[in-house]
Amino acid sequence: MTELPKLEVRNISLSFGGIRALNHVAFNVPTGSIFAIIGPNGAGKTSLINSINGFYHPQEGAVLFEGQDISGLPAFKRAKLGISRTFQNIALYTNMTALDNLMAARHIHMRTNLLTGALYWGSARAEEIEHRARVEEIIDFLEMESIRKTVVGNLSYGLRKRVELGRALALEPTLLLLDEPMAGMNVEEKEDMARFILDIHERQKMTILLIEHDMGLVMDISHRVVALDFGRKIAEGTPDEIKKNDAVIKAYLGQEA
Amino acid sequence: MSANIRPSGVFDTSYGQDISINRTRGDKWLSNGLLIALLLVPLLTAEGPLGISLVPQLWIGLIIRIAIFAIAVQGLNILIGYTGQISLGHAAFMAVGAYTSAILARELGMSFWLALPLSALFTGGVGLIFGLPSLRVKGFYLAMATLAAQFIIPWILRYPLEGITGGSRPLEVPAPSLFGLSFAHENAMFYIIIPLAVIMALAARNIARTRVGRAFVSVRDNDLAAELLGINVFSYKLQAFFLSALYAGVAGCLLAFESNSLSLDKFLLDRSIEMLAMLVIGGAGFPLGPLFGVAFVNLLTQNIIPSIIPSVKGVLPSLFPFLNPINVDAALSPLLFGLALMVFLIIAPRGLAHRWEILKISWKLRPYSH
Repeated sequence: MTELPKLEVRNISLSFGGIRALNHVAFNVPTGSIFAIIGPNGAGKTSLINSINGFYHPQEGAVLFEGQDISGLPAFKRAKLGISRTFQNIALYTNMTALDNLMAARHIHMRTNLLTGALYWGSARAEEIEHRARVEEIIDFLEMESIRKTVVGNLSYGLRKRVELGRALALEPTLLLLDEPMAGMNVEEKEDMARFILDIHERQKMTILLIEHDMGLVMDISHRVVALDFGRKIAEGTPDEIKKNDAVIKAYLGQEA
Repeated sequence: MSANIRPSGVFDTSYGQDISINRTRGDKWLSNGLLIALLLVPLLTAEGPLGISLVPQLWIGLIIRIAIFAIAVQGLNILIGYTGQISLGHAAFMAVGAYTSAILARELGMSFWLALPLSALFTGGVGLIFGLPSLRVKGFYLAMATLAAQFIIPWILRYPLEGITGGSRPLEVPAPSLFGLSFAHENAMFYIIIPLAVIMALAARNIARTRVGRAFVSVRDNDLAAELLGINVFSYKLQAFFLSALYAGVAGCLLAFESNSLSLDKFLLDRSIEMLAMLVIGGAGFPLGPLFGVAFVNLLTQNIIPSIIPSVKGVLPSLFPFLNPINVDAALSPLLFGLALMVFLIIAPRGLAHRWEILKISWKLRPYSH
């Protein structure tokens, strides 16, 4: 018997007006793998993640999470199932501290409502402390103790990317979608980020779906790669297979005359 | 509350301490001391039981007014400051609270203590209805949609409901009483209003620092990310509208019972704008913003401007001889208020509460600069 894939993208198509952003894309993400999506700019990578995440609703096809069809679910309900993400152009809560950004992502695990929050007796306070402890573990893991109480709008680009990863982790997902986690970083920051991604995968057995342009890095850390071009899947395979794939080389470098 | 200025070298040693409002024993003494001092004020007036006029009687009315509007602006802060949704109908929600409680007391003979929570909840419900457009529209468009509340609600109170609201005529409201004790005097009302204002402020503070408050700010800072990270954005927008209107309802109810008479012209658009100005001056999105803003605007319009008017009265007519001095007199007060507002927005665009935060940080770092 084959194991159920963590995520199944079943033949999805997505159009904006006349433009076809995704054209019958299908693939399975095995549980516990690091899965990369590559492709030139405008290939539809982010549209794909947005469709998995529930920000876009594809006109055709279905998205299955742990065997359950989630195509009809609104985004916030998909997050509750255990899908979390980071964004290509950092989308943090700019005026909150790093700590509060992470605490805000604990939302789905907390119970306090308007009334119990207003009273702040017993359970509400206990819950705050309990979740603070969980968040501190993540702060510890991502080495951001010193920026805990800094408003994220004042942080450097690299650190903001790190806070965003922390926020995605605070949700305790089983599937983590990373949209260009290393874009715009220097070599050292990229290495740090790669180390964090591998650590997360190693320690928590998390399934990670990754969009990245740095090919060296993608080929190094991922188990399986899907290549997109003009909204179509042009190749799928292990990093070694993708490196040799003619369609991928053509998409990136153009065809020899 | 939360006057926690503290020197460097004082650390929090547990998460429980780190997240509490009063984090050291000194903070606790200061907060409680301030509250007790405030509660002693009416005893020291000429009309107080001791008969010693250490404090002018006028102060009581001023403090009550500040407390009532602090509650209302607190509600506006939840909606605008935390959740980032604009509302131009806050005074109308106050009217709903005021008239609901007054009618409950007049028509059904309900006591103030029951009319207060009922009218607050009812106002919250009305706020919920006018919050519905926030599902589809943001920013300016939402401001226009809430402006509708500001025109519809007073109109409904004035014409269709004239039979029970008295329309444009003032409505008399009975004074609250408890176990035969009447709260007709403002010194007595003080002991209803101040504790209530403190409770409402604490509740707002508690909501802001727990799950719901963080969800509010998430919606304000990045509604897209909030939705994708498991926050039901629309539900939290509606909760913010509900809560904001509820605060306005409490303030409206207190205003009705405090002045014993009610008239619609207290709840028009200019009042909504005034509360918005108070919030901006005090600092939107800061827990202390509403109190700072309301206190400052009240002092400015009631005390500071009237005291400087005599000395600047002659200036404009002497500069511009074509101006009629009588017209200048009437226009001087709003003119100076507008001027103060502009200066304020330039010097402290994020409000007094932000200045206060800066002061706290520099106090903690003293004598070093960072």
